[in-house]
Amino acid sequence: MARYPRSRIGRAPSSAQRQGVPIISTMIGSMAPLLPVVATAPVMPPWGLQVLIAWRMLHRNLWSVWMGLPLGMFDDIFSGQPLGSAMMLWTLALLGLDLLDRRMVWRDFRQEWGIAGGLIVAVLLIQLLISYASGGATNPLLLVPQMLVSILAFPLVARICAILDDWRLG
Amino acid sequence: MAPPSPRRPGFSRRAQYSLFAGYVAAIAGALAGLLLIVTARFDPAGHAALQGFFSDTFAPVSSAARSVGAGIASGFESVGAYFDAASKNRAMKEELNAARRDLVKGKADALENRRLKKLAALVERLPEGHVTARLVSSTGASSRRFAILAAGSGDGVTNGQPVRTPEGLVGRVVQVGIRSARVLLIIDGGNIVPVKRVPDGTPAIAYGLGDGRLDLRPLAAGTNPFKVGDIFVTSGTGGIYQPGIPVAIGIRHNREGTIGRPLADPAGFDFAIVEPEFAIPPPPAPDQTDGAGK
Repeated sequence: MARYPRSRIGRAPSSAQRQGVPIISTMIGSMAPLLPVVATAPVMPPWGLQVLIAWRMLHRNLWSVWMGLPLGMFDDIFSGQPLGSAMMLWTLALLGLDLLDRRMVWRDFRQEWGIAGGLIVAVLLIQLLISYASGGATNPLLLVPQMLVSILAFPLVARICAILDDWRLG
Repeated sequence: MAPPSPRRPGFSRRAQYSLFAGYVAAIAGALAGLLLIVTARFDPAGHAALQGFFSDTFAPVSSAARSVGAGIASGFESVGAYFDAASKNRAMKEELNAARRDLVKGKADALENRRLKKLAALVERLPEGHVTARLVSSTGASSRRFAILAAGSGDGVTNGQPVRTPEGLVGRVVQVGIRSARVLLIIDGGNIVPVKRVPDGTPAIAYGLGDGRLDLRPLAAGTNPFKVGDIFVTSGTGGIYQPGIPVAIGIRHNREGTIGRPLADPAGFDFAIVEPEFAIPPPPAPDQTDGAGK
């Protein structure tokens, strides 16, 4: 192997780095509600879910399908939804992406963006239904800005994940 | 060639089994999640205990960050103040003159007030058991409006206590951990506060709308007696909230109710006071010493 200044050939990043970066970045996304802002309306995109989908779309072999359970549980701790809602919905989202992989093997980014947008909107709507079941009564129209922001922010999140991925794989 | 998919592991038995186990775990986990949601519906107390345990762990993080955030915000404000300094200066001079006049009047009123209070032997009592703590963060991505309070059962906060700031009512505690508590804000869609209009006491009910505003519905059906600018305070009906805490000011009038803005601006919360739960006092016992004393 040729020795080259600062060569990355022949050096593999540690497995902790390879496995840990996607998980930790998703967890950081989930912790966004800890930001010291008291919001009056649902406006923040669900960052954790967005990071999860972005990683899943970068590498379809990265996680086993049950990975949505621990990550979703971590998200539930902060999100204000009843415990278990993200556990269920994230796992279902990963299962859905799995099914989709069999249908559409080749996808370009616009298609992935559309798929991610659809998933995020579906998750937000189901979470609204869950919050109705546990005593909330928010008008569904109030979620429209949040959905738009989430869809528009997805390419940004995917971009950040791609940069992290570059670093992760050395 | 299409990227190799681990979902089609080929002929390896081991890979096939582990793939199958993964799917089983995922579906079982999703069902467990559904079960947990159902407990939130039917056993809110147990569910809240579980969630309180977790929110305890992370409350100190945002508590520290919030003070930094407040510092940054005030920094921006002082930069912005330079831009309209001249016109502001004039306005402030006029305001100062008006304030001086009011101050003199206020002093006179205060004197009068003190005298009247002495006459009436009025005693202002503050209820025992206040807890003051910082509101540290909220659930901005969820459709529920919760805020995290940096005080919990260790500080004497219990479930159901009302939370207020000096400006007005914030919400009520719905879940207590040891060092943190979750506050359901009055602007949440699931929160209902019995209120009354200030001067005349016309009763109404304040529903949260979920977008930072409140819907104020009069109890008397048919007409809407409220106007823009009316101020509403808690009526104390049904307990929980002490009577007389400011709640909202009417900002838009429509046929069946009035849209109000909460007087305690949620975005500006910093310190909040947790008050003891209000119980309607029992009717006074008939005074027996009165007749015998004479």
